Amino acid sequence: MAEEVVLLDFRPSPFGMRSRIALAEKGIKYEYKEEDLRNKSALLLQMNPVHKKIPVLIHNGKPVCESLIQVQYIDEVWHDKAPLLPSDPYQKATARFWADYVDKKIYDLGSRVWKTKGEEQATAKKEFIETLKLMEKELGDKPYFGGESLGYVDVAFIPFYSWFYAYEKCGNFSIEAECPKLIAWAKRCMQKESVAKSLPDQQKVYDFILEMKKRFGIE
Amino acid sequence: MGEEVKVFGYWASPYSYRAELALKLKGVSYEYINEDIFGNKSDLLLKYNPVHKKVPVLLHNGKPIVESLVILEYVEETWKHNPYLPQDPYDKATARFWIKFIDEKCFPTLWLAAWSAENEREKVTNEACEYLKTLESALNGKKFFGGETIGMVDIVASSVGYFIRVTQEIMGQNLLSADKFPQLFQWSEDFANCSIVKESLPPRDKLLPFVKGLIAKYQQDNAKA
Repeated sequence: MAEEVVLLDFRPSPFGMRSRIALAEKGIKYEYKEEDLRNKSALLLQMNPVHKKIPVLIHNGKPVCESLIQVQYIDEVWHDKAPLLPSDPYQKATARFWADYVDKKIYDLGSRVWKTKGEEQATAKKEFIETLKLMEKELGDKPYFGGESLGYVDVAFIPFYSWFYAYEKCGNFSIEAECPKLIAWAKRCMQKESVAKSLPDQQKVYDFILEMKKRFGIE
Repeated sequence: MGEEVKVFGYWASPYSYRAELALKLKGVSYEYINEDIFGNKSDLLLKYNPVHKKVPVLLHNGKPIVESLVILEYVEETWKHNPYLPQDPYDKATARFWIKFIDEKCFPTLWLAAWSAENEREKVTNEACEYLKTLESALNGKKFFGGETIGMVDIVASSVGYFIRVTQEIMGQNLLSADKFPQLFQWSEDFANCSIVKESLPPRDKLLPFVKGLIAKYQQDNAKA
């Protein structure tokens, strides 16, 4: 039976990028459908009625929602190539913990960096850097969070690298100055085709953020 | 090799309860250590969970696992009998979806509905009811979210089905009622009546005054502010 895989997505979304990377790592052919988030398609609303959000992975007509759930699903279904989660339960739990940490911290703190000003922004920047430093510490001397190869935490986290330039411009700071090892890790990930093809250009993300700021009246 | 399993928890915490129920469902013996989370957290807790400094912490042969949902997945993978997650990847993804929904939307909003100020309560309550309606649809005529037996979604939904119901009693709200959400209400009754659940839930007569005290303190602190 031919596999039919569709991804409903939005190019700048770091969550969508996770699923793109996972699919590319496994060499899965799929149809990419770009959504206009101001005019969501009937298909999106049908496939994700609860949240009405992207990304949605549709496998043989059945939807899987939520990016990390999709990455785990992809890893389990196409388990014979490029495993993303370790097989050892304790290592798996460690990977899940850090992916969950990325989910709880990075997006919200990053959003506060580009959406706010003054003292609120200063606080967000400080917390954001602290979070990155903790990730850097967890990485240690490993080439990837997954060890010798790209793993679950790398896939969960690397999409945000495409937003770093936007955060830096909005927040007037340098992430590389604070976390050089993390930037080295990000550049190492970008050497991989699966990552390079899945992440939009940093300038394009910045242009998108500027458009958002204009639209929402944020200075 | 003897297994050494410990749980650092708090008797009234819905998150802590998830970890304990999972181990009980697997028939795994463990040592329970009650942490004084409102007073002094132990050095061991801070050592095993330096990032979040919270309960529950599962310690297995000296190695800590933290975050209740991570613990549930770990327990399922380590003790493979009495599975509480489906084998099929699609069904597993569906279970994980509902777990995330309960944890990120349903439970926090219901909790907020109990605590929020009068002027905001209606809006939050309406949102909470929408989430309950959606959660009920996930039951889809089954006895438990896991089917005939308790699954991982049920374990997580205990936060709503038991802990929230107790909170609502105190607040005189009755969101999870038999007439508004008959299926969900029946599920919460069936769930609480399972022997393994009944023996392990923190007793209502202890939980009620505890939550009452928490809410009163919260309201007091906010009145002063």
